[in-house]
Amino acid sequence: MAYSDAVRAEFAGEIEGIREKGLYKEKRFIWSSQGAEIDVEFPEGAGHAKALNFCANNYLGLSSHPDVIAAAHETLDDRGYGMSSVRFICGTQDIHRELQDRVSEFLGMEATLLFPSCMDANAGVFEAVLGADDVIIADRLIHASLVDGIRLCSAQYDTFKHMDMKHLRKKLELHSDKRRTLVVTDGVFSMDGDLAPIDEMCDLCDEYGAMLLVDDSHASGFIGPKGRGTHEHFGVMDRVDIITTTFGKALGGASGGCVSGRRELVELCRQKARPYLFSNSLAPVIVGATIRVIELLSSSTERRDKLEKNTAYFREQITAAGLNIREGETPIVPVMLYNAKLANDMARDMYAEGIYVIGFFFPVVPAGQARIRVQLSAAHEKEHIDKCVEAFRKVGEKYGILGLDKKGIVDKYGL
Amino acid sequence: MDEMKTDVLEYVKDEYVDDEDEEVTFDTPLISSGLVDSFSMVSLKTFIEKKYSLKLSDEEATPQAFDTVNSIVELVRKHTG
Ligand SMILES: Cc1ncc(COP(=O)(O)O)c(C=O)c1O
Repeated sequence: MAYSDAVRAEFAGEIEGIREKGLYKEKRFIWSSQGAEIDVEFPEGAGHAKALNFCANNYLGLSSHPDVIAAAHETLDDRGYGMSSVRFICGTQDIHRELQDRVSEFLGMEATLLFPSCMDANAGVFEAVLGADDVIIADRLIHASLVDGIRLCSAQYDTFKHMDMKHLRKKLELHSDKRRTLVVTDGVFSMDGDLAPIDEMCDLCDEYGAMLLVDDSHASGFIGPKGRGTHEHFGVMDRVDIITTTFGKALGGASGGCVSGRRELVELCRQKARPYLFSNSLAPVIVGATIRVIELLSSSTERRDKLEKNTAYFREQITAAGLNIREGETPIVPVMLYNAKLANDMARDMYAEGIYVIGFFFPVVPAGQARIRVQLSAAHEKEHIDKCVEAFRKVGEKYGILGLDKKGIVDKYGL
Repeated sequence: MDEMKTDVLEYVKDEYVDDEDEEVTFDTPLISSGLVDSFSMVSLKTFIEKKYSLKLSDEEATPQAFDTVNSIVELVRKHTG
């Protein structure tokens, strides 16, 4: 028997090791549809509890929107359930083309190609457009899926300090001997909620003849006056060469992603990107619902406006309550606790108060920067936010951290 | 003073340390402490290869071998003799 007791024990030991390091991910089950209020089973086997959800990527509250659900039903009836094919064999319906065109229009890009997820888009795009004579220069805190994609590609790569434009310039200078250069960043960084200075990056790319790729997964649909993303926010809509983004967050939250950008680069992805060629087509029901999402967002900015208002209100209230947040303007608000155990303990106590949030610590965020990440949604009402802030005040008081700055918290709990 | 060690330490400070007060010495753990993540380690590898005109294989340039300035210099010395 290949899977012998000894082999089993080795794998079990590895899992135990994860547990001992405090990195084990517990199971949590949601019995309701996604929304501001959810029905949670945690720990596994415990009775359900109602909780306010402050850790979903449901930024625009569209995950369970009636119009989106109706569009999904209609598409299901019209176009069936699955395609049972990759895109290029017999997996492309007219609605796949329609969604690609709608996304291009929404993002202001020349062309778009759908992928099963943004993880897949990021895994495929680099290898499809770059080769061994080229170099990728990436922000150090880019998303794991971009890191994986860069590692799958034969191009050389280098990194620059998080959002440090001087350092990026230095690296562009250093690599000016390469054939082509692609600068890579997240538009909004998912752990810190900070916005990459895309305008300055465009200027630097122009100066050094480099291309720019932005992963706008945490921006598409709500950042910028019309929700088009970080490139709209910074007024550089025609200057970004490639955007990758997901439909799995603000844009309905089901799944799917895309590469959107210069026509030739997108065409190369269609010809060469492995996750596009070797993974099944996005299900029609998701395609139909995502088209409706784009229609909703193109016809009104009401939802992103409400999210902006909620974000400003939460940031103001949580600061007034004496918690230490990372400044910014996005709906990702890290409540900084620095110490991993403190972040974990406080998140658990928040759940007991009916607020569902998660503590993040090394290696998900840099060592000594543990936090609870709060994510706002247009689905939240003022009462929800008030309740969340009140719970933070109560739990923060219990741990004696209200009004303390970084030094105060670190002196008390260590790093 | 060992010039190679000082040069490597200088590069590490410049490339990875933002906080002026953070003390980094020849045997401060870089990778295992999280100061340098395995993705960003590439700049250090490229620097070493360029500066000392050598080529490090993936088997050699492991996170363990790159964990301190001392261990990096040890690795370089194996190549330069
Ligand atoms: C910046 C970023 N890119 C890509 C992804 C992956 O998106 P998807 O869920 O569509 O694979 C995520 C999701 O966690 C993300 O935060």
